[in-house]
Amino acid sequence: MEIKTATAGTLESGDIVIQIAPGDGLQIDLDSSVSAQFGRRIKEVITETLEGLGISDATVTATDKGALDCTIRARVTAAAVRATGKDVWKD
Amino acid sequence: MRNSKVVTLEEAIRRSGLKDGMTISFHHHFRGGDKVVNLVVDKLAQMGFKDLKLAASSLSDVHAPLIEHIKSGVITGISTSGLRGELASAISHGLMKEPVVFRSHGGRGSAIASGELHIDVAFLGASSCDELGNASGCPRSENAKSICGSLGYALPDAQYADHVVVLTDDLVAYPNVPMSIKASQVESVVVVESVGDSSKISSGAIRDSKNPRDILLAKQAAKVILASGYFKDGFSIQTGTGGASLAVVKYLRESMIEQGIKASFALGGITAHMVKLHEEGLIGKLIDVQSFDKVAAESIANDQNHQEVSSIDYASADHLGSAVHALDIVILSALEVDTDFNVNVLVGSDGIIRGAIGGHPDTAEDSALSIIVCPLLRGRIPCVVPKVTTLITPGKGVDVVVTEYGIAVNPSRPELAKALAEAGLHVVDIKALAAKASSIIGQPDPLPFGDRVVGVVMDRHGKQLDTIHIIQE
Repeated sequence: MEIKTATAGTLESGDIVIQIAPGDGLQIDLDSSVSAQFGRRIKEVITETLEGLGISDATVTATDKGALDCTIRARVTAAAVRATGKDVWKD
Repeated sequence: MRNSKVVTLEEAIRRSGLKDGMTISFHHHFRGGDKVVNLVVDKLAQMGFKDLKLAASSLSDVHAPLIEHIKSGVITGISTSGLRGELASAISHGLMKEPVVFRSHGGRGSAIASGELHIDVAFLGASSCDELGNASGCPRSENAKSICGSLGYALPDAQYADHVVVLTDDLVAYPNVPMSIKASQVESVVVVESVGDSSKISSGAIRDSKNPRDILLAKQAAKVILASGYFKDGFSIQTGTGGASLAVVKYLRESMIEQGIKASFALGGITAHMVKLHEEGLIGKLIDVQSFDKVAAESIANDQNHQEVSSIDYASADHLGSAVHALDIVILSALEVDTDFNVNVLVGSDGIIRGAIGGHPDTAEDSALSIIVCPLLRGRIPCVVPKVTTLITPGKGVDVVVTEYGIAVNPSRPELAKALAEAGLHVVDIKALAAKASSIIGQPDPLPFGDRVVGVVMDRHGKQLDTIHIIQE
């Protein structure tokens, strides 16, 4: 799947900014205010969401401000839609 | 003036007989605006002192310059109520060999009075002082540069330290009355450019919240008070720091007017809200250990019924006459509450020190009704947890926990749970709150604590309560 660089999310408390760029294999660079306790889980949710959308090659830069799993999924999905041009909600 | 005690800071230090290894003390009435600690410790470093123990009533963000003085060995020990900002983070990461000793305000007063915390030289900032050392937190001339109101946390130091130096930014004509620190307690007076920036007193933990969740919590806490049985004419009340707990008073005011109920006194950190109710005749007296904003500081300067109280007379566990024993209701905040009602207000859920004990355990234990107000979650951080990261206030002193997902009542107070439920409040088991939090955020990984102890928490009776371990990245 062809990928352009795209982002979704904000830096508000409880949100996460996801930037997706072209890459070889899946690479996640995470900066989180709750990384000690939830860093592992956040990467897991990002990976699962991208895999569910059929994306296995991408470089993801995530800046997290304590987002819940549902928010992370929504932001990753939105960024992926923008990056691939493939509207998962319509198609 | 004959017998003037006014000297330079350097001369005051020399006269004090301070030696390496001794204990120096400070108060924190200027909170985030304090200028005294950094000024004095810089001077001590310049004069070549080493291995000093710093006994502050509290420390905050503004004291980050202490990091360099710890690295260079000028300061090798700290006791305080709290730590914030860079200094707190550095200490959590292992800056000091000797663990920091944390005490509540009442606990510090007791420790100073009993000699457990012996102060060799106290350096106490004051907004006005005369040449003989009569000092006050209130401005007394048109040249006044600062105002901090109550000097309650400095009074044990003034009374029990071997040697007392008052620093002031307004030297006024004798006699500076009414005085908080008395000339007979003071050896030297030092005039400095500024003892503190009064505009920064109302910073850090003290803020007037517009956050809708804080307002919801404050309204719920007010309902708990109304239904508790303690809301009757002549009741007494204290609010801690934190947006929601400070705001409770606003919502109580309406019910006080409607029902014709007046409070006999308000205690503790006094805020503009409390002053307003007092001036409206709804609160008889204000007992002030710390003026939390400029309005409170100005009120204590001008109002006979707004009185200063030392931390010993405020919250000592050793004196049945201390004011907390007469307190009916206290509203407090929390970083974490656990399912045994234990509270943590000192260490963040990232394991890094980021708060202050304050009067939390003192007021919770001795008041008739203690109410903790905290959201269930802050972002992804749970506030109701199976076990607190650090134990500060034991659960036996905590009666009610108010969250936006329901109100939990300590099982030791079944009559209270019944009264709240009958008033239509949503009373829930605290374990259900912890489970709710966990269902939303998932299971957190354990914090990367190491073995080394960087902090020791003392309870208000002088016993060790918990330890804080180094945090590893």
